[in-house]
Amino acid sequence: MTLLEIRGLNTYYGESHILREVDITVNPGEMVCLIGRNGVGKTTLLKSLIGLLSPRSGEILFNGNSLERKAPHQRAQLGIAYVPQGREIIPYLTVEENLLLGMESLPGGLAENKKIDKFIYELFPILESFLMRKGGDLSGGQQQQLAIARALLGKPKLILLDEPTEGIQPSIVKDIEAAIKRIIQETGCGVLLVEQHLNFVRQANRYYAMQRGGIVASGKTKELSKSVIDEFLSV
Amino acid sequence: MQLILESLFNGLAIGSVLLIAALGLAIVFGLMGVINLAHGELMMLGAYSTYVTQLIFKLPALKPFYNSYIIVSLLVAFLVSSIVGILLEKSIIRRLYGNPLETLLATWGVSLILQQFVRSVPLAYGSGFIITVFTGLIVPLIIPEHLISNKSKRYIKSGIWSISVLIGILTANYLSTTISKLGRASARNVDVTAPAWMRGGIDILGITFPVTRLVIIVITIIAVISVTVFLNRSVWGMRIRAVTQNRSMSECLGISSEKVDILTFGIGSGLAGIAGVAVSLLGSVGPNVGSSYIVGCFMVVVLGGVGNLLGTIIASFSIGIMTDLIGAGRLLTIWPEMPSSLASTVNFFATTSMARVLIFALIVAFLQFRPAGLFPQKGRMVEG
Repeated sequence: MTLLEIRGLNTYYGESHILREVDITVNPGEMVCLIGRNGVGKTTLLKSLIGLLSPRSGEILFNGNSLERKAPHQRAQLGIAYVPQGREIIPYLTVEENLLLGMESLPGGLAENKKIDKFIYELFPILESFLMRKGGDLSGGQQQQLAIARALLGKPKLILLDEPTEGIQPSIVKDIEAAIKRIIQETGCGVLLVEQHLNFVRQANRYYAMQRGGIVASGKTKELSKSVIDEFLSV
Repeated sequence: MQLILESLFNGLAIGSVLLIAALGLAIVFGLMGVINLAHGELMMLGAYSTYVTQLIFKLPALKPFYNSYIIVSLLVAFLVSSIVGILLEKSIIRRLYGNPLETLLATWGVSLILQQFVRSVPLAYGSGFIITVFTGLIVPLIIPEHLISNKSKRYIKSGIWSISVLIGILTANYLSTTISKLGRASARNVDVTAPAWMRGGIDILGITFPVTRLVIIVITIIAVISVTVFLNRSVWGMRIRAVTQNRSMSECLGISSEKVDILTFGIGSGLAGIAGVAVSLLGSVGPNVGSSYIVGCFMVVVLGGVGNLLGTIIASFSIGIMTDLIGAGRLLTIWPEMPSSLASTVNFFATTSMARVLIFALIVAFLQFRPAGLFPQKGRMVEG
């Protein structure tokens, strides 16, 4: 069964029509990449999925159930994790508290989930040494690792990743790539990724290319042709 | 030495009243960014709850426990004010998040409504109303969830509310017939008499410390400590801090920001109620008692740095000590041989109201240099 199915999604910002009839599917254990130049609506699509924006029409099915009229926190509890552009770490909370918040979406919430799973420190060793620091004091790359770790602690079925490698040094990008691949293998969750780095895009199973709010091309990333890359990735 | 100690104690006493009054505001304004002009009226409701509790404890059945009514009234005042605060949040403020001007106007309107409410509605009916809402809200939380099937949910809910209304009416009826003071509306000020053990004072080092003042200081300390522990140690405290700092991301992590808002507002309002108990011990209680504190509360919160509890604490004690130093003309007693021109200035400000004028002017001047207050937020996240 498909994990996520989007049918005919239309989202507006006020009167401006951003997403036009978007159809996307993500299967469990699959990494799907969304490519396209700036301002074509990739972030808008992720925000519509997590519930920060409400689409005007169309359907979002998660595990076969409609997400219509569900608040973001309910979607999180259903198993959707969101790693937004700009990381959105809670700035004055410590790294440890930020990680704990990742478990709020588990059944029982924070009150019953108080142990941070050690595998997070295997994936991102830097976090363990910074547990007592304020989240807002970390560097961009460290915050990105924290944001991904926080998302993983909620044992999500679907992870929405918005440009996880934007403005981050290459060595950390490698770590992040490896971590995401490992998570998909181990947990079988699906990943919907917005990305500009060609290397990272090639790690995905399938891609959708967006232009002016609509999907204009899709296929396997193995078959990504030079023309598609030139047209949709700002290299 | 004695003089300094006395001045310090007076400052501490004035400061702790300010602090307990501003604590709730620091949470509502500092954490949620809601300018609640009805905060003073929530204090006023707390003061009236003390009055009602006191009268109830004068009934023959409860007379033996009269001395402890103040402890019960703390709980009652907290509940009354937080219920009214939650109603206010759910009905009005919720719709106005992000519109500070509209919130300001709306809450000011609510403050006028509440003032008129205690003038023209007998306190017994007010109590009945509060009890109705209280049982209506609390009973659904107590009933185990598995007993309510989805089908019968609506019937059970309306059943609970009708029973609550009945209980409310019965209480109102009972109170208005047995305690005649509660049965009729009155715009006049009422007096809360402190129980016997709170009258008089304790002598230490030749200075008399009034017990009421000491009690208020103790209440303030307990309130501050419990708020700090709650915010920093409890699960809900962490949720509150998360939502305060990044609402949409907290929501995406699975925190219901709606619940957090209600809780935060309920606690902030409840603290206003506790402040009301303290205020009722200091003077007579009237419909306007809250509005005389609200300006001072805002001053404390702004001076301390919005969203900073430590700042609120230091700000209220410094304002308290300054009020005593200036308002009681204590500078003259400390330094009697001051030049006469200076002495006349000191004398000019040596009344409570003139001291307030001077202190507010000083705060305004201070904020010109440090607009974010004593303890502004700092770190990478502010610059970024």
